[in-house]
Amino acid sequence: MNLKKPVKLLDENGLRTDGRRPDELRPLKIQVGLLKNADGSAYIELGKNKIIVAVYGPREAHPRHVVIPDRAIVRCRYHMAPFSVDERKSPGFSRREIELSKVIREALEPAIFIEEFPRTAIDIFIEVLEADGGTRTASITAASVALADAGIPLKDLVTATAIGKIEGKLVIDLNGLEDQYGEGDMPIAMMPSLGQITLLQADGRFSGEEFEEGLKMAINAIKKIYRVQKEALKRRYIEISKEVLESE
Amino acid sequence: MNDKSELIISKIKKETILSLLRKNERIDNRGLEDYRKIQITTGLIGKANGSAIVKLGDTTVITGIKIQIDRPFPDTPDRGIQIVNAELIPLASPIFEPGPPGEDDVELSRVVDRGLRSAEIIKLDELVLIPGEKVWAVFVDIYALDYGGNMIDAAALASVSAILTTKYNKAIVENGEVKITDEQIPLPIGSIPVFVTIAKIGDKLIVDPSYEEELVMDARITFVIDENDNITGIQKGNPGTFTYGELIEAKNIAIRVSKKLREHLPPVHSE
Repeated sequence: MNLKKPVKLLDENGLRTDGRRPDELRPLKIQVGLLKNADGSAYIELGKNKIIVAVYGPREAHPRHVVIPDRAIVRCRYHMAPFSVDERKSPGFSRREIELSKVIREALEPAIFIEEFPRTAIDIFIEVLEADGGTRTASITAASVALADAGIPLKDLVTATAIGKIEGKLVIDLNGLEDQYGEGDMPIAMMPSLGQITLLQADGRFSGEEFEEGLKMAINAIKKIYRVQKEALKRRYIEISKEVLESE
Repeated sequence: MNDKSELIISKIKKETILSLLRKNERIDNRGLEDYRKIQITTGLIGKANGSAIVKLGDTTVITGIKIQIDRPFPDTPDRGIQIVNAELIPLASPIFEPGPPGEDDVELSRVVDRGLRSAEIIKLDELVLIPGEKVWAVFVDIYALDYGGNMIDAAALASVSAILTTKYNKAIVENGEVKITDEQIPLPIGSIPVFVTIAKIGDKLIVDPSYEEELVMDARITFVIDENDNITGIQKGNPGTFTYGELIEAKNIAIRVSKKLREHLPPVHSE
């Protein structure tokens, strides 16, 4: 669906509305272990997006009938705060949030050794504090770090970004404006070291060649985000080891 | 779930499916890229503006279209409205529960909605009566009647077939007043998408998974393809994974198979 654009999304120098090149990510910051109650937590800032993720578990699963005897169940709630968007959003769960909770869970679950924790639940709570395009992918990137922070054994981190199409050109990591007025959006999540893609969606219109090219661009960008995730985790482990040493 | 036993597949059946697939064979004798038998009946609900029942193997689904005048959304004053709702009702399977739409219903609605919207099958900009005030709203309501696997493709076939055969009363605007005439007109149609769902079982990719195949699949991926082989939607489902190579292969299969699937659709404005 092409809506009338209020601005040109690519200028004559091929730069985007926020001055980025087509293959450039927004500034990215990840902080690990900021919440006291949660077993694991992470905070991500990607451009103007601000998202906080808490992980609880593996813990006793309630209600009892959801228990699976040979593995953990993974539950995920993706929610946007009413003040996170331009027009106040109703605090209840929208259909969009219900769908995103499902696809985010399905993007993260392949990375978790769920068979190690039978009869338990792993709960992932995602709260979007400010949204500006790409909240599902930023949520996945942060949630996998929070899972690691909770000490849950993972096959790999899960790292995500989106490919979009603006003014007929493929670009990485769409911002809110580009998401709203662009010609296509393709979010992708993968386990980078294993080369396994765990989430793929698209709307808009892409040719077969654009799809292949877009996937390659996303995989490249995901490698960069993956490094930031690992650095954030290392910083947290150094903090913990200092705390342990000081307490001894 | 009402009856969890329906979600369990016997070990021997699972082994049969897997060992046949190793020889590129399927439990119902289909080829890896074959759809089950498809039967589409349109226009059987007199009170609906458009309707279609699709039988895809053991899966049956009905879509009904109702069209009415509504206020446009504030951010799109110069476009009509398209609303898709899908319900996996307990009539259709012991695995479906009564109550408000769950995750699977919502995903199905939204995947079909995006696929139709991205292809612009309904030209929403031609459904405006008074900009910012009155536009046509097209309601696409999908109900599962019998669940035998691959609900997305069946629901999409039913919805596309119903949209292509929809008729509604022409309205004219005179002195800022909307008048409904007796003339029956079809919806303005843009490009026509077909949805192709591919399941990954082990290292095999198979088209149109049956219910039994869904129980053993690792993951599924749906590609929405228009007449020019463009992709107008993708949705991966289930907690399994795909490699880059598998995705490229799945995309090529989907484009190939979409041409055959398209032949089943009713001609535009045929009712």
